[in-house]
Formats: sequence, C-alpha cells, structure tokens
Amino acid sequence: MAGANKKLPLWAEAGLLPTLNLLAAFLVSGLVIWGLGEDPFLALSLLVDGAFGFQEAIGYTFYYATNFVFTGLAVSVAYHAGLFNIGGEGQAMLGGLGLTLAVFLVGDTSPFLAIGLAILGAAVFGAAWAFIPAWLQAKRGSHIVITTIMFNFIASALLAYLLVGPLQRPGGQMPESADFPAGVGLVHAHDLLAMMGMEFEQSPLNVSALIALACTFAVWFMLTRTRFGYELRVVGKNHSAARFAGIPVARMTIVAMMLSGALAGMMGLNEILGEQLRLIGNFTLGYGFVGIAVAFMGRNHPVGIVLAAILFGALYQGGAELAFEMPNITRDLIVMIQGLVILFAGAMEHLFRDPIERLFMRFRAREAA
Amino acid sequence: MEFFADLTLLIDSTFRTATPLVLAGLAGLVAERSGIVDIGLEGKMLAAAFAAAAAAAVSGNPWVGMVAGVLASMFLALIHGYVSIAQRGNQIVSGMAINIAVAGLAPTLANFWFHQGGQTPLLGDEARFSAITLPFAERLSDVPVLGQLYTEIISGHNLVTYLTVLIIPAVAWMVYRTSFGLRLRAVGENPEAVDTAGISVTKLRYQAVLIGGLLCGLSGVVLSTGMGAAFIRDMSAGKGYLALAAMIFGRWKPVPTLLACLLFGFVDALQGRLQGENLPLIGEIPVQFTIMLPYVLTVIILAGFAGKMDAPKASGIPYEKDH
Amino acid sequence: MDQPFAIETRGLSKHFGDVRANDELSLIIPKGTVHGIVGENGAGKSTLLKMLFGFYRPDGGDILVRGEVVRFQNPMEAMGKGIGMVHQHFMLVEPFTILENIILGSEGGADLNAAKAKAREDLKELEEKFGFDLPFDEPVERLSVGVRQRAEILKALYRGAETLILDEPTAVLTPQETEQLFGLVRQLKAQGKTVLFVTHKLNEIMAVTDDVTVMRAGKVVAVRKTNETSAAELAELMVGAKVAREAARAETGEHKVRLSLNGVYASGDRGHTALTDISLEVHDGEVLGVAGVAGNGQTELLEVITGLRRLARGRIWYDGAVIADEKTTTDPITLRRMGVAHVAEDRLKTGVVESMSARENAILGYQREADFSRRGLLKLKEIAKRAAGYFESQDVRPRNPNLPISSFSGGNQQKLVIAREISRAPQLMIIGQPTRGVDIGAVTKIHDQITELRNAGKAILVVSADLDELLAISDRIAVMCEGEIVGTLKVEDSDEQTLGLMMAGEKRNAG
Repeated sequence: MAGANKKLPLWAEAGLLPTLNLLAAFLVSGLVIWGLGEDPFLALSLLVDGAFGFQEAIGYTFYYATNFVFTGLAVSVAYHAGLFNIGGEGQAMLGGLGLTLAVFLVGDTSPFLAIGLAILGAAVFGAAWAFIPAWLQAKRGSHIVITTIMFNFIASALLAYLLVGPLQRPGGQMPESADFPAGVGLVHAHDLLAMMGMEFEQSPLNVSALIALACTFAVWFMLTRTRFGYELRVVGKNHSAARFAGIPVARMTIVAMMLSGALAGMMGLNEILGEQLRLIGNFTLGYGFVGIAVAFMGRNHPVGIVLAAILFGALYQGGAELAFEMPNITRDLIVMIQGLVILFAGAMEHLFRDPIERLFMRFRAREAA
Repeated sequence: MEFFADLTLLIDSTFRTATPLVLAGLAGLVAERSGIVDIGLEGKMLAAAFAAAAAAAVSGNPWVGMVAGVLASMFLALIHGYVSIAQRGNQIVSGMAINIAVAGLAPTLANFWFHQGGQTPLLGDEARFSAITLPFAERLSDVPVLGQLYTEIISGHNLVTYLTVLIIPAVAWMVYRTSFGLRLRAVGENPEAVDTAGISVTKLRYQAVLIGGLLCGLSGVVLSTGMGAAFIRDMSAGKGYLALAAMIFGRWKPVPTLLACLLFGFVDALQGRLQGENLPLIGEIPVQFTIMLPYVLTVIILAGFAGKMDAPKASGIPYEKDH
Repeated sequence: MDQPFAIETRGLSKHFGDVRANDELSLIIPKGTVHGIVGENGAGKSTLLKMLFGFYRPDGGDILVRGEVVRFQNPMEAMGKGIGMVHQHFMLVEPFTILENIILGSEGGADLNAAKAKAREDLKELEEKFGFDLPFDEPVERLSVGVRQRAEILKALYRGAETLILDEPTAVLTPQETEQLFGLVRQLKAQGKTVLFVTHKLNEIMAVTDDVTVMRAGKVVAVRKTNETSAAELAELMVGAKVAREAARAETGEHKVRLSLNGVYASGDRGHTALTDISLEVHDGEVLGVAGVAGNGQTELLEVITGLRRLARGRIWYDGAVIADEKTTTDPITLRRMGVAHVAEDRLKTGVVESMSARENAILGYQREADFSRRGLLKLKEIAKRAAGYFESQDVRPRNPNLPISSFSGGNQQKLVIAREISRAPQLMIIGQPTRGVDIGAVTKIHDQITELRNAGKAILVVSADLDELLAISDRIAVMCEGEIVGTLKVEDSDEQTLGLMMAGEKRNAG
C-alpha cells in the first residue's frame, strides 16, 4: 500500500527492466563464451551481423521470429489464464501432423483448399493435444506442468512412429513424410515482394509471418477488449473470485489451454507449410520451449512478445552464423542463452527493480526539492 | 524356468533404473517439504551426469567424478534457491530455465573439452562405478531360488545403488525423527510459524535445496558413471520430471515415493524388455510405443491420484515477511 | 536490580515509505500488570507489537526490557528476553500435534523423540501452575480455536515468556471462551507474568486490564488507569471525535418472504457435513443477522445461497421460486439478474481480484450485463464511467480507478464492492463480514448504508463474526453452531451473553 507512489513509469517498467535483465543474461553468456576461449565482443558483432547484416540474414531472422511469435503467444495465453503450458513443443508437433494430414487428404484436388484446411488442421491438432492435459488439470487437478511435459515426450514418440511407419516417404530411409503436392505451400516473402516489384534475397520467410502478426493482434484484442479475455484473466488471477463472478473456471481453463495449443500448433505453418513442404521428425527443435523465454521476456504482452520473438530470431540466425565462424560455439550455446534469458527475465524479474525504484525515488525527491 | 529367469532379470534392472529416480524423487521431496517446488531436477541431474563423467574421464577416478557431479548439482540448487528464496521469483520458471540452460551448456562444454560431438569419452571400468559382485555371489549362484535371487538381484549393482539403499532410510529418518526434519516439515506448511519461532526461514530453505542438490547430484552421477559410461546429450530423458511425478504420487512421503519410483523403474525395465519382443495376441509393439510407456503411466497416475490435498501448503509460494 | 517496568519504549518510530506507522511512541508497562492497548484498525498497534517482538526493527527510539535497552534482530532474541507473543492468526503448523508445535524451534537436540519426551516432562510443571489441560498428541487441525489459543500461550510460556503479548485474542472466540481466556490472563498475572492485551473491543479492556494505552494514527494519544476511565471515554479517544450515531431503523412492518431455506444440507470442502437441516426466512425490509464462531457453517451458508455451493438436500426459494435444490444450482450470474447481490465475506480472496485495477473490479460479476459488454466486446468507456461514478458516490480514495485494487485501504475496497453490488438495485443482499478490515469511519458509513437499504424494503442477510455489529444492524439474529441453526432471536431479545451461549451450542428458540 505504501508502494503506490513508488510505481515506475511505463518506459522503465516495460523497457528498462527487461533490458537490464537481458543484459545480465548476455553478460553471463559472454563469460561462458570467454571461457570457451572465444572473444565475446567479436562473437556479439558476428552475431548481430549474422542476424541483420544482409537481406538473407534478415529474412532468416524473421523466419525464426515467426516460430517464436506463435509459441510465445501460446505460453502467454495460457499464462494469462494462470496456467503454465510447457507443452508447446508437443502441440507444435501435432500441429505439424494435423496440417500434413490435411494436405495429403485434399492436396491433389485443390491447393487452395489444402492450404486452408492445413491452417485449420494445425490449429485443431495443436488444440486437441493441449485438451487432454487441460481437461486433467481442470477436472482432476493433475499438475499441468508435468502432464504437458509428458505430452511432449509422447508426441515426439508418436511422430517418430508415424514417420518411420505409415507416413514415411515410400521407399525412404529418413524419418520424414513424402513431399507435399506441387503448389501446396505458403508463398515466400521474396516471391511476394517480387510480385510487388521489390527485390529481396531468397530466404524461408513466408506468409505465415503475417498470420503470426494477425494472431498477435487477435490475442491482444481478445485479452483487452473482449469479455472472454476479461473472464480469462480473472480466472488466471483468482479462481475464487472467478466463481464468485459466475465464470466457469474448469471450462475456461480448458478453452484457454486449447487456444494456447492451437497457437503452438500453428508454428507448423511456418516450418512445414512454409519451408520444408514435408513433415519431418522433431522439426520443432525446442522452439516450443523458446516460447517460454519469449513470453516472459515480452512481459506476456503481445507487443512485447513480437519484440522478444525478433530478438530470439536474431539470436538463432546470428547464432547459426556464429557457430559457423567460431569452432567452439555450437547451436547448443544458443539453447543455454535461452535458458539464461528465461532465468533472468522470467524468474528474476525483480532483480533490478529495487535498485531502479530507489534511483527513481531519489531522482523524484531531488526534483521535488 | 525361463519365466523365472526373465522375472529376476526384470527385477534386477528395475532396481538399476529406479536408482536415479529414487534419488531425484527424494531430492524433490526434501525441497518441496521446505516449500520450494523443484522442477529443475531434470537439469540438475543432467548437469551432474555431465560433470561426473567429465571429471571421471579426466581423473580416471569415479570418486572425483562423484564430487564434481554433486557440486555441479548443488551449485544449480543454490541458484534455484536464490531465485526462489531471495528473489521470490516464480519457482517453475526458474526450474525450467535451469533445465534449458543445462541442456545447452552441458553438450557445449563436452564438445569444447572432448571434441566428441557433445559427449564425454567412454569411461573404463576403473573410472566408473561398475557392478559390484557381493561376497559369495559366485558360490551361491548354484543354490536354487534363494541363491539365485541373491546373485541375480541383490548382487551385481553399482556402488551408488547400494548407497541409495542406505540413503532412503537416512532421508526418512531425517524428515521424521530429527529436529531439523520437524522444522523442514513446518516451513513447508507454515513458514510464518517457523519465523516467529525464531528459526530463519531463509536458512532452512537454503539447507533444504542444498540437500536436494546433493541427492539429485547423486542421481546424475549414477546415470553417467554407474548405469552408463559416458555423458550423452539429453541422457536424463525426462527422469527428473518422472521423479517429480513419483513424489506427487508418493504424496510427499519417503516410502510411498520410493515405491512409486520402483514402479516407474519397473515400467522402464519392462519397456526395455518389450522392445522387439513378439507378444501373444498383440504381436510386436513398435519401439516408439514402448518408449512412451513411462510417460503415459505418469499421466495416468497424475490423473488418477491428483494429490493436491497432500501437498505442503506453502510449496511454491515465496515467503514474504511483511504481512 | 528490581526494575519495575517489564517493557518501556522511548520515542519508538517506524515508517513504511511515507506512512508513519508508529510515530515517537513512549509507553511504560509495569511488571505484573495487565496492560491494554486499544486503537482502531490502522492505528499502528500491529507495527508496535512486531517491533516489540523483534519482527520489525525500529527506525528510531528505544525499547527497554526490564530497564535494559534492547535491539532485537529477530523474534528469537525477543524470546530470549522473555517476550512471548500470541498472534492474531495462530502461528501453528496445522498437521503437527500440540507437542510438536510447542517444541518447534526449541527442540534442544537433534533427536526428535528425545526432545518430545523431555518437553513432556518440562510441561507438567507449567500445566499445573497455570491450570492447562491440553491434548498434547492431537494434531492442531482437529482442535477448536480456543484450545489452539491456549496451546499458543503454553508455547510462549514454555519458551520462558515473562511478558505475554496477546494480539486481538478474542476475535475468533465465543463469549464463553473469551471468559475462559480472561481467567487465564488473571492467573498469569497472579503468577507474576505481565500481559499486553491488544484489542479494539473496549468492553474487554474494561474487563481485564489494569492500565490502558490508546493509540491513534501511529501515536499514543492517552494512557489511563482502567478503573478511572470508561468505555465511552476510550471510544472517543480512539476515534478522535464523538462517535457518529448510526442511522435510525424505520418501522417497516410485516413484509413478504424474499428468501427461504428449507432443510438445507451441504458438504464442506473437506467432505464433511457443513450445513445440517438449515431452515430460515428473510423478509423484505429486514436484516437477518447470522452469528457464530468462524467455521461453523456460515461460509457454506453464504455459498449455497449465492450459487457457489451445491446442496446435498433441501431447497432454497427466492421470491417464491426454487433457486436451488439437490439437483439444481442457479449460477451467480443468473442470481444477480434475479436481484440477488453478494458481498463476499473474504474480500481479497473472493470479492475482488487483487492485481486488477479498481475499474476492472467494478464490473466483476456483472461483466456479462448489457451495460458492460455487447456481443462479447467490453464497453470500455461505459465501464470507466461507471467506475468513476462509484468512486464519487462512495467517496473512495484515492480517486484513481486505474490503480490496482490492492493499493486501496480495506475500507475503500469495501466501499467500492458495496457500490458495485447495490448498483443494480438488488432485492436481496447477501453480505458476509460487512466491515472486516475496515476502518472505523467507513464502518459507520457501511452500517448506515445497510440500514438505508433495509428501510427501503430490501431483504438483507448479514453474516458477521462481530456480535456488536449484528446487534447494531439486525432485526433478527440466527445463531449457527456446528452447521446448525441453534436458534433465532429478535434483536430486542438478544444480548451478548445469550448469543454467546447459543454460539457455544445451547439451543434457544424465541424467534
């Protein structure tokens, strides 16, 4: 109660604090890079150059960022409903499966229909995979963190089975499906820009980036402007108050998780329907987990999530270039940096709050004097 | 007779696979009893497995490996403790962050030091905790049933597994029969009562996470230097989460947790046994499905025995004095 | 050597941010006396206690124990100096036995069994001296509040307390249990202990203390010998002005039955039978008070009426229509539309969402009404306008609906909640603990508002732990004990003594 006038201005709350947390994570990462015998500053410049230095790099950065917008929004929607969805990875795999099945079902008849159905398939399968843990949480009180993790393992095994079994490319050896029929796939950004008369280097960036932005707007609108969003946030903050307000908590829990799963499932649009044009095993590569970092880094706000997703996109693309240049740095290191960002931005968000608040108080006191 | 042999083999490997689960399960139990939710068991286990394998590979001494593994895990426990206790951060986020950071850091370091694609070099028998043949095991193996049981099931495990047999009653004793245990159980239920009794909640919780770190470290040690002979990428394979589920199933109590871990160990042993086997009526089960077994079992158990009522009341909630 | 003061403070201060919780407090508590401290909520009593007990460190001034300046770093050091405290919310670990709770923190050795055996021995003497008779091996969660409190007192004595601080000790007791407590306090005094009795109930101060210190807004405003003052004088000192008179209750005559319960049974959260054969009626133009020691089914009663808990048996009618029986439950939204408003008894747990803004809280429960949303979209402008209106009409401060509700005082939160609940002109109001955690100024306003609603012909059911409150605002008072209504009295026929006996389970029927 005494803290009312201690409140930080928005720019410090939403900009300064996350930046400081990010810097702390980078500082530790820099120390590790230094420990690996590489120059952290050189690494940073290679990384930035690798992420934004040329058109193709920018395309890749935004291509990765698209994945992270989907998985970040997924984590965030669940979190607003008070749920911790760690199952983005598995939901994305199932989303990929759903869109693949849709494509093989109608791909030969009409590419347009196939693409439409594929988008639906990705969302529906992702949502369905989230439904079971959600239902267990809502009706049985089963710890959703653990059940969603288990569903990641189960999804991975399921996909592995399908891709060496029924869905495997006929005569193929790799765990992957047959190629999608010609014409079934999302338009690439460079093609789109070429149509508008602009030249852009080739990259995997595709139309699903726009779908991701549309989803971002939809999530923002849902949370702030709709009754459903209001009720979802009430459930997330206080079950008892939600029941008091006549909000069906169990149903809201399930619906929120399914929305979350649908968003995670749509990540497959970018990877499978945008680039690979066939289903491959473990195509999610941990992007579902990055969603946790993105959501917390972005303070669970849709705009913050887009910014954080671009940051992580840059980290992935720049990191890949970095791994190419520096022998001691592998893509694993990027995974570690992710973990550190989650730690600093998600779990220690108050690390710099006290000192910054004190700074502001002193500043204000001086101003007042 | 073949069935009997099969069964003894199965039980034997149950004990082996249950060892890391039991250690991690008890680690989670001690931490949660103090009010700290530890979803970072997975990462600590992996870190310890890596540190133990790396140190053992360099020194040629499994004990050096054990110390390194345990220290690595305790270091991470300290970080989780700092986040949960001093920073009052979200304990689940912190645990996940540790899991992800370790999943990245361990193979990076392995690659940097050993250049074997994110693994550590294969350990020779002298550098790991290999199977110990108990006295008379050879001689008694001819005695029907009892002798065979002794030789096949009791004998032939690694040192850490035997150590675990001692650790289980020790942890149970600590939790229920000592003053420390009383305080530990109290702080997970009602930290304010502990605080007003003049005991530091902070110190007690740090102690608990460190004990958890130690136990979880041992579980990683056994993974890479007892059951295996090297660190392999992602070798914990969800065991930390399974241990946590077993602890919930065991209602935060040592003996039921042990039994739950043995059940998981058995299922794991069974899934290994079922691979490539032709079952009557069903036929051969694809390996991907047998791999799913422990995870599916976990979900079923959590669905059937949602024991929220038994959870320590203050678990996961940071303690704030000003209330 | 023989210092007559058990505790003395000199210029003791503590502030939180800009708030001076304690401002230069000086008080003297002679040894072997019972000293009362009174003050309304927010007067700074708790802050003072927490400093005396080593929970907070003072920002200025000194604490002296038996003439010696002390600087407590933690409660352990305070206990070391013989200061024991019985908190308002008991500091007991519920699954533990009394014995385990008593030794927690002073086990005196690693072996728990040995520690228990030794403690059992040591406790015998204390038991005899002060006349305790406690079930040592019973888990606390199965014991009554009175027994728990005695366990807390014994715990403090076991740790060598010479001075006992009792913080609002009677808040959860029946009048009979309170009487027992007073007996124990007198026994403590007779054995040479000093007792600091902190309360906002003046009749208790008059009954049990030797001296009394009055606090207001973080300061000591008066010190009196108890036998030289009166409750009226203390009340005036506490509030700082003449206590405002409550609004007069108009004659409303006989009116139709608005709410009736018939043979209602329901289970509690732990699966136990929480309500047994409850039958009651609330008429228009009437306030029915429900009294009882906390945990005797009042919570469940509120919940079954407001659609938050299923009935196991029985029936509830509202305005002649069944709203709940064993098969059906009417959901809270439908009930609100039918004219049933609900002020939740646990405001922070149920009545508001703490981290949301006051504006967003202003529509909680009414979010689906056409005023606030249409086709699933929130009407943000309308909501802001309405919230601002509530702030005006109830004089909620600070006047900023965008602040999170948690940054308002309890009284302001409650005013906002009441504004929300009466906004749709309900015909029946179900109110739990109308003034819990509310400062005295707001209490009067809330009571007046309830009386006005009653005078306007609304039916009102109020559950409160505060008998004075029920006696002030009710027309009839029903008393609950162990999930049953043991009797209903007209307010003219009730007094604290009678109600107290009924709260302890004695059946009466006069209403």
